Amino acid sequence: MRRQLLFTALGAAIALTSPLAGAAGDELNFDAYREMLADGNPAELLEMEGEELWRTARGPKNATLEQCDLGRGPGVVEGAAAQLPRYFADTDKVQDLESRLMHCMEAQQGIPSAEIINGQFLKGERGKLAALVAYVVTHSKGKPIAIDLSHPRVKEMYDMGERAFRYRTGAMDFACSSCHSQDGKRIRATQLPNITKPEGAAEGWSSWPAYRVSNSQFWTMQHRLWDCFRQQRTAEPVFASDVTIALSVFMAGKGNGAEARWPGVKR
Amino acid sequence: MASPMRIRAAAKDGVTEVRVLMSHVMETGQRKDSSGAVIPAHFITELTAKHNDRLVLAAEFGPSVSTNPYLAFKFAGGAKGDKLVVSWVDNKGDSRSDEVQIA
Ligand code: HEC
Repeated sequence: MRRQLLFTALGAAIALTSPLAGAAGDELNFDAYREMLADGNPAELLEMEGEELWRTARGPKNATLEQCDLGRGPGVVEGAAAQLPRYFADTDKVQDLESRLMHCMEAQQGIPSAEIINGQFLKGERGKLAALVAYVVTHSKGKPIAIDLSHPRVKEMYDMGERAFRYRTGAMDFACSSCHSQDGKRIRATQLPNITKPEGAAEGWSSWPAYRVSNSQFWTMQHRLWDCFRQQRTAEPVFASDVTIALSVFMAGKGNGAEARWPGVKR
Repeated sequence: MASPMRIRAAAKDGVTEVRVLMSHVMETGQRKDSSGAVIPAHFITELTAKHNDRLVLAAEFGPSVSTNPYLAFKFAGGAKGDKLVVSWVDNKGDSRSDEVQIA
């Protein structure tokens, strides 16, 4: 036990003090590993499930989602995720993919949003929402991320997201920026992108939602953010709440122009 | 009932490359749940692939294969439009068979 602790501590010290020494070699290893995983990404199974869900009449209103407007017109899935979050006039809100799908599920199918907001990740309607996310993001694979920051409401969310990103809170007095504002850092086998730079923001935004091989789970961006709040040792964010969308606008907007690689695959 | 497999098969220069993604828990029987009870083993035991009616692959699977297994293999022969069927059986007697046309 003590040896293990010492080893972990040493590992952490090496990772933190000499990012350059390890970085080049590690990066190559991780990339080769990810490449091996990318062919046959089990997220495709979720995508199939999501496509089926999109077309199946469900909920109290027994309707499909085929009339859902993700921003590019009713029923248009192609390229929609790459332009989200965006402002929607019908809800008078800036919405990310998940909150927009949740809106469609309620408006068209009569599935109450509260059921998803109060639910758990990977379960029930929130689990089904994740499959829908897998379906929709796959149709933006290879498309450039294009967030319309010229819209005043979107810009407002961007600014709020940047503030939230740097806001220190919680038991450790961490902000997102405590872990994500330097180059070449990692925690254990995971590289931490520098989200304060466009390349880092793009890296983070464009590689989630992703399938995690270590636990065989598909995680959406809301799930990723929830886990980072947890890593920050602060209060869990409410599903699809304004702060999660603001952080999303900040990351996506800063990553504008980069190519979406959805769905990703992670260790 | 088990969910469908994702199968891709492409023929090139007389060789067909097949890639299969299966949806399966592949539970080893070695794990315990939060109350300490053993989670019963549940995994694919046998898999076959047929090109038209010719058996081109027969494989034995076991508990060491990951959740949602991915399998890639090549066989000699196969042409665009031919039928390829992949089937599996698991230790609980569940089974699944899916078919694609070779691209
Ligand atoms: C205590 C350190 C820590 C804090 C604070 C933290 N994160 Fe993270 N973040 C991580 C780690 C570690 C990972 C990699 C996790 C993994 O792969 O399991 C990660 C991954 C991410 C990713 C995905 C990056 C990629 O390329 O895969 C994004 C995006 C992200 N965090 C955003 C945030 C945001 C937004 C906040 C603030 C709400 C935040 N993080 C706070 C440690 C942290």
